[in-house]
Amino acid sequence: MTALIQMFSYHFMQRALIVGVLVSLCAALLGVSLVLKRYSMIGDGLSHVGFGALAVASALNLAPLAVAVPVVVLAAILLLRLRQSAAVKGDAAIAMISSSALAIGVISLSLSTGMNTEVSSYLFGSVLSLSRGDAVFSILLSLAVIALFVLFYPRIFAVTFDENFSRATGTKAELFNTLLAVLTAITVVLGMRMMGALLISSLIIFPALSAMRICRSFKAVVLVSACISVLCFLTGLLASYFLETPTGASIVIADLLAYGICRLAGRK
Amino acid sequence: MAILECKDLCFAYEGKRVLEGVNFSLNAGDYLCVVGENGSGKSTLIKGLLGLKAPEQGSITLSDGLKATEIGYLPQQTQVQRDFPASVYEVVLSGCLNSLGGRLFYTKELKQRAMENMERMGIEEIRDESYQNLSGGQQQRVLLARALCATKKLLLLDEPVTGLDPIASGEMYNLIKLINLCDNISVIMVSHDIHEAVRYATHILHLGHSQLFFGTAAEYRQSSLARRFLGGGQI
Repeated sequence: MTALIQMFSYHFMQRALIVGVLVSLCAALLGVSLVLKRYSMIGDGLSHVGFGALAVASALNLAPLAVAVPVVVLAAILLLRLRQSAAVKGDAAIAMISSSALAIGVISLSLSTGMNTEVSSYLFGSVLSLSRGDAVFSILLSLAVIALFVLFYPRIFAVTFDENFSRATGTKAELFNTLLAVLTAITVVLGMRMMGALLISSLIIFPALSAMRICRSFKAVVLVSACISVLCFLTGLLASYFLETPTGASIVIADLLAYGICRLAGRK
Repeated sequence: MAILECKDLCFAYEGKRVLEGVNFSLNAGDYLCVVGENGSGKSTLIKGLLGLKAPEQGSITLSDGLKATEIGYLPQQTQVQRDFPASVYEVVLSGCLNSLGGRLFYTKELKQRAMENMERMGIEEIRDESYQNLSGGQQQRVLLARALCATKKLLLLDEPVTGLDPIASGEMYNLIKLINLCDNISVIMVSHDIHEAVRYATHILHLGHSQLFFGTAAEYRQSSLARRFLGGGQI
């Protein structure tokens, strides 16, 4: 218990806790729709774009989040457009964009600061990287993501389940697809400081997949995946503090274990 | 009284016409079956009627207070839906989406409407079941209940019996006919199954890149087109 109190007496741990819980919630909520709409890879692609944007921002000495959020939001909208056009197949487009962004990021980092620990913190995440300003920004944005998701829940469900039907009954499906992509972009950028570019997509995909194993309704899947996501985040954070393992990777392992448990529990 | 009228309707994809010269009208209570081979323009016509695709030429006129967004649409199932975790109730309720207007959440009235339509389709007992675990016939009933939530006047059904076994398709056809007769809801159905189409429908629209036939089912049976299409006129 005293160890726990001591752990959260560090300011960076308090920040990591609050931001982490909120980002995990956002990721889980959006993840359900993304997985069901077969958009999982978009999260992965966006995280690489986020890495590129953060690297360029730090090379140019700009505020990292203020640069990365708009860039990744634009990339999200672009990816969605590409998916609908037949010129380049969706998954190929994502692979193309994400590896290019990764390359741009690595080059701009090596030109400015040299390949150092910063690269590793971008790729694999670090709880130390959240400044006070970042934390406030992250809290506000993630609250906005959660609020938008809750307010548009009936419409998001309808568009996820059956785009054609909702379009036929006068719902602007493109608008809600774009909304989903934009919210995902924001979540990815917020989460990747802690989780790292290579691990953030698991935060989106795992809780949804776990919840889908054991739940029968959409609402239950959303709620359970939110709980799983937050629980796994906390487990991972504690494990990383006490076992001195990297935070992002610990959270992913917690998510993997949760998936295994749900898989077993869901088998009848 | 006509609730829907198409005049000289043409549809094109990238300048290439896929369907032209469509002229028909639908009265309240009609049961129209749209038949034709694959690629004859049936799906395009459906998209046009729902307002998802703008015609290149001609007009679609809805009257008697019917709006394009108030057509109860039963689309073909997609792969995504077959393993989608959603309860029956959630799917049916989503049919009330077009009644939400500016509101964010479903009202009590709309939830009541969803319940009534589940009872009508005999699926109220499985309201908490997961949609993905249902049989094909049950899934179609759920989608039909959802379509009924969206309309009071016109149902548009896109191949509603595809993939169903003979018993389930028979039930589905009877259910649709019952809605048509008892609730006086007009039906437009796209179907491959021309024998059943002629049996249940009041009117037939036969497409093959253009309008080959429009008239009552009885007239259609007498036409040479039907004889060829039905295989030697054995109806």
